[in-house]
Amino acid sequence: MYQRVCFVPGLVLAASGVLALPAAARAAGQSPAVGTAPTVADDVGELRRELETLRQDYASRIAAIESRLLALESGRSAPIASETTPAPEPRPAPQITAAVPAGAATGGAPATLPVYGGGAASSKIFNPDISAIGNFVGAAGPSPGGGEPSLNMQEAELSFQAVVDPYARADFFVTLGPDEVALEEGYITFPALPGGLLTKIGKMRDAFGKVNGQHAHTLPFIDRPLVTTNLTGGEDGLADAGISLARLIPNPWLFLEATGQVYQGSSEVFKAPTRGDVSYVGHLRAYQDVGESTNIDLGGSIAYGHNGATEDSTTRLFGVDATLRWKPLRRSIYTHLLARGELTWSRAGASDGSFDAVGGYGYLEYQFGRRWTAGVRYDSSERAQEPGLRDEGGSFILTYKPSEFSLVRAQYRRTSFADSDSPANELLFQFLFGIGAHGAHPF
Amino acid sequence: MRLLSIATLAVLACVPRAGAAALNVVASTEDLADLTRQVGGDRVRVESISRGYQDPHFVEAKPSFILKLAKAELLVAVGRELEIGWLPPLIQQSRNARIQPGADGYLDASLTAKILEIPTTQITRAMGDVHPLGNPHYWLDPGNGRRVAKAILDKLSRTAPADAAYFASRYADFDKRLADAEKRWDALLAPYKGLKIVTYHRSWPNFADRFALDVIGYVEPRPGIPPSPGHTIDLIAEMKRQNVKILIVEPYFDLKTPQSIGRETGAKVLVLPPSVGGEKEITDYISLFDYDLKLLVAAIQETGAK
Repeated sequence: MYQRVCFVPGLVLAASGVLALPAAARAAGQSPAVGTAPTVADDVGELRRELETLRQDYASRIAAIESRLLALESGRSAPIASETTPAPEPRPAPQITAAVPAGAATGGAPATLPVYGGGAASSKIFNPDISAIGNFVGAAGPSPGGGEPSLNMQEAELSFQAVVDPYARADFFVTLGPDEVALEEGYITFPALPGGLLTKIGKMRDAFGKVNGQHAHTLPFIDRPLVTTNLTGGEDGLADAGISLARLIPNPWLFLEATGQVYQGSSEVFKAPTRGDVSYVGHLRAYQDVGESTNIDLGGSIAYGHNGATEDSTTRLFGVDATLRWKPLRRSIYTHLLARGELTWSRAGASDGSFDAVGGYGYLEYQFGRRWTAGVRYDSSERAQEPGLRDEGGSFILTYKPSEFSLVRAQYRRTSFADSDSPANELLFQFLFGIGAHGAHPF
Repeated sequence: MRLLSIATLAVLACVPRAGAAALNVVASTEDLADLTRQVGGDRVRVESISRGYQDPHFVEAKPSFILKLAKAELLVAVGRELEIGWLPPLIQQSRNARIQPGADGYLDASLTAKILEIPTTQITRAMGDVHPLGNPHYWLDPGNGRRVAKAILDKLSRTAPADAAYFASRYADFDKRLADAEKRWDALLAPYKGLKIVTYHRSWPNFADRFALDVIGYVEPRPGIPPSPGHTIDLIAEMKRQNVKILIVEPYFDLKTPQSIGRETGAKVLVLPPSVGGEKEITDYISLFDYDLKLLVAAIQETGAK
């Protein structure tokens, strides 16, 4: 209630700012500098200058109107510019527009005053950014395990993101699958707690390596690597309810960030038999620019928790990841190169001892046109509970992006499963399309 | 294990923060960085996130920028959603309460500027990458440079009141130099009022508005959408019909389509940096206009454009 009361005069002020005479607004914009004692001569000079600019402004505007009239009279078609312009304002009067509240999705100067008291008008302004991203995946070719369905609306991700109060923001990502609705992530972030701790509380994807933290629509490939399927929980991955604290480690050389997380123990890998058996994740990230185009990004991760096989059996995961990026700034929208590798070790306890398994992938991608990116991936991973069985595979990936908001992707994937004689040769394709305002993703 | 992680967290929480003498300012672009330097002089230490030869819509949110923001006392942003794809995650990870949007150390430079192309009707992404809050390339009008410098003056004076008089005299000096330069630029451009031009992206409305140029079309069929053959053919026809001889391209766009348009129409393809630092010679805000206008006038004279 308090907020609304405050907001009404705010809107009135903002609206009057828009309605104010342009000249007055301009004069206000050029008021004498703080701390100087302007003389009368200065004032006169300034007034003269302003009059001169106004005169020029109006002269040019009249000239524009005249030329427009001429153009109309001679029956010429509208210039190309107007076809691409969303309603080009006919030489708008100079506006000092402080009125648009930042983050108001509709923007622009309000045509009419909102209706006060009707909850609808002001509540919309506080609506979160909403987006929906569709992820349609198709597959063809034989696969021993059945693999992906031929045509599948794999998921629709809905996101709701907004600032909560002066201290926090919240992000919700809900995935609607073919037969399930799940909270993929939903957390509050305190960006500026004392001590430099970036704190997140809620359901999150664990800070384990690179791929685990990424939503399906941000991956550079259609599927997840074999090591993810075999060792770190597959599509859902390591994601759980918990608390995350991350801090920068000051040092004169590089970007160093340490993250510590505590989770309930209810993911694909970690299952807590009792309330006390929470799981832990630790992550250290080192990043360094090598010139303005190239950078190196290294990470080490550790995860530990009960796995639910027996009352006190646990799983330990260790991971290392390395990324090399190259993107020349002058050509940044046309070309880039990314090389990434991740290795994961798993030691999973069971009723009959514990099993060690190791897996990883290597990925290389190159953007060769504004809309085109090609990638190649090598996969190899043992299975967590079946010692000695190792799956191996490789993929070629081609991505076409018509715009920032949609992409088409094809992936040829060949996999040799340890328990199958003939390799699986599959062709996957994907349509990704997003609408609405989706917050930027971390680098 | 549990003890170990608690101990790690405790250690993480206790590393002290380093202090600084001059006011640490981070600007999202080199234009804003220079305007801050013009007003702040040696009482500020300014760093820019993006480079002048880089497309400011597509900057990568590199962690090294987080380090800059972590110790910033003031962040100056272009606003109007120009940096929507990269600045929010950087601010969020900066752990810096002073520069969060809405806090005292966050300055949206667009709030006092003259903004063009604010949509007045419903917009959709069928129109391309339209900026819903108006065109963010507003710094290309010297009048807006003055307004932004004034906003920076006000912000700096409030952040460091002891230096307010110093900042005010620096601003007055900049204001005067800019006014002198504007006289020079107006004289330079005076013979070419109403000159018809085509630009690659919609980066130049404020520039065109200020210097009385008439932008009749764009190489991009819609903002942010790469050139398409159909649109290029239409554009060539329109340029021939209106006898357009100047095609302005920002330095970060591919020159293939502009050059073929130039061959077809006889127009001069002019690579004009829209930002400070776009070329070595462009060391500050005033030299940005000096550089661009000199090239523009040379091209006009070369092609005999009207």
